[in-house]
Amino acid sequence: MTYTVLGAGVMGLAVAAELTARGATVQLCDPHERPGPHACSWWAGGMLAPDCESETAEEPVTRLGREAADWWQARGVGVERRGSLVVTPGRDRAELDRFARRTAHHSSLDAEAIDALEPGLERRFSRALHFADEAHIDPRAALATLRDGLAAAGVPRVGMSGDGPVIDCRGLAAREALSDLRGVRGEMVVLRAPDVHLTRPIRLLHPRHPLYIVPRGDGVYMLGATQIESDSRAPATARSVMELLSTAYALHPAFGEAALLEIGADARPAFPDNLPRIRQRGATTHVNGLFRHGFLLAPAMARMTADWLLDGTRPEVMDDEDHRQRRTA
Amino acid sequence: MPTFYGTQVDSRLMLGTAQYPSPAVLEQAFRRSGAGIATVSLRRESAGEGAGESFWGLIRDLGLPVLPNTAGCHTVREAVTTAQMAREMFGTDWIKLEVVGHPDTLQPDPFGLVEAARILSDDGFKVFPYTTEDGVLAGRLLDAGCEVLMPWGAPIGTGLGLNNVYGLRTLRAQFPDVPLVIDAGLGMPSHAAMAMELGYDAILLNTAVAKAGDPAAMAEGFARALEAGRLGYEADPMEPRDMAAPSTPVIGMAFLE
Ligand SMILES: Cc1cc2nc3c(=O)[nH]c(=O)nc-3n(C[C@H](O)[C@H](O)[C@H](O)COP(=O)(O)OP(=O)(O)OC[C@H]3O[C@@H](n4cnc5c(N)ncnc54)[C@H](O)[C@@H]3O)c2cc1C
Repeated sequence: MTYTVLGAGVMGLAVAAELTARGATVQLCDPHERPGPHACSWWAGGMLAPDCESETAEEPVTRLGREAADWWQARGVGVERRGSLVVTPGRDRAELDRFARRTAHHSSLDAEAIDALEPGLERRFSRALHFADEAHIDPRAALATLRDGLAAAGVPRVGMSGDGPVIDCRGLAAREALSDLRGVRGEMVVLRAPDVHLTRPIRLLHPRHPLYIVPRGDGVYMLGATQIESDSRAPATARSVMELLSTAYALHPAFGEAALLEIGADARPAFPDNLPRIRQRGATTHVNGLFRHGFLLAPAMARMTADWLLDGTRPEVMDDEDHRQRRTA
Repeated sequence: MPTFYGTQVDSRLMLGTAQYPSPAVLEQAFRRSGAGIATVSLRRESAGEGAGESFWGLIRDLGLPVLPNTAGCHTVREAVTTAQMAREMFGTDWIKLEVVGHPDTLQPDPFGLVEAARILSDDGFKVFPYTTEDGVLAGRLLDAGCEVLMPWGAPIGTGLGLNNVYGLRTLRAQFPDVPLVIDAGLGMPSHAAMAMELGYDAILLNTAVAKAGDPAAMAEGFARALEAGRLGYEADPMEPRDMAAPSTPVIGMAFLE
């Protein structure tokens, strides 16, 4: 029996890798030869931050997300386990207290300790939260590593699915099959700032313009990301980019001298509770709704998909119905 | 219950739809709040080619009248264009008019507000202006065609409550027959109770609920506070006084010391 995985974004590649590793025969179907800007996954920051995300995400995101760093490392992806830092401009200190209350596994740092950990912040902040267990990866390198691993294992890329079971990982493109799937638009910027020396993801809390910065090495940084209720994948707006850049500039003025390498935008696939789902419809298994947690949750989702298909273990994220259809029926 | 432009609503709460952790949490918050109107802000990114359709679908499923707003508009022109887009998208001539006068404080621009209110009223809109507690400005807005006023409690998103109780009380006294809605700045249910005790007709909330650790619980807290405050207002409260007045008569009581 051959499993056809539809869609080679982070979800499809992770499912294909997991099934292949467990001895199943797999083929990949995606109109694009290699991972690229056509996929939402291309635009991700690559933060594996289950603790920080628990500020707004439901409990499964944090628990399932803890599997991510080891899974990526076992697939040969470079995982930076340097934790992450959360800071706030002086007048928004209450934001930091709130963030601390609503998350766990962090320690509070004073100016001295921040300087010891991340001297590149140049003592701009007198307080920070350190989430020591978190990690980050380069998402594009991770996609390429999975893709190359599958090719080396002899997984073919095909134009059409065969007769066997299909695992639909098309992200937002599966909307016509999943009426409760929606897009949540995100815009990001990649720049090169050789005068900024940061070694771990930094989140700047701000009531209006929150920002995170993920170092990609060689002075390259990803700045993210807006979160707008919209399916639009149109180019980023000037306003969003200005907000990202001016917040980054407030974090470190040397970002003002940076070279803009890329401006990107895409729509994250999400269900109404922003939790991912595995949904069986006939011979098709939908694995979707990764929202802002594609790289964080793809490992656990791939494991549960393989458990379901190969061992019949019902995944905790499985649902049988489409919420919107039920309500409007 | 309040009537806005001839439409009676069955709740004193208008609830915003922005900044919730997820649409599912939003829905729970609405259910427990008993809100009678859902406010939505229109971002341009969401307007084109049905891009925001799935989210609007979720809002429509709430089954409430929708009050679109022009949040984030800094000029009359921007606000008018946004209002027109909103009318087309949501099929309603209701518009909550915001013209931001200062990017930091987000305080209303009174001059732009009056101008935009006139343009929109002439164009058939039913305008709900986000304004200050200034009584002269309120009069100008009514002259411009507004039949509802939405004075702030405090600047947007601050959660400070009713910053100028004297001013809000004066506004109520000055316009006893105009529906008045406290918009912006409320953080705790007690603020909502106070707005009701001042005789305001309704309140509008968003951040206080959406950014609470448990938005649905906070929504219910506000709903109960509204009920409590309104009951107090309708019950014709006693006058506060300086001197203690014993509730049990003391005459004739034995002196034990
Ligand atoms: C700005 C931004 C920042 C983000 N940051 C992070 C982060 O730091 N950490 C994190 O974990 N997540 C992050 N995310 C979220 C993450 O990017 C998404 O959750 C993830 O990309 C969703 O992956 P996917 O595989 O489901 O969809 P996609 O990556 O969109 O992949 C879908 C694939 O399906 C293919 N396809 C489409 N139609 C067909 C068809 N008919 N047949 C076959 N194939 C088809 C497409 O070509 C594509 O390759 C971010 C997202 C954005 C937008």
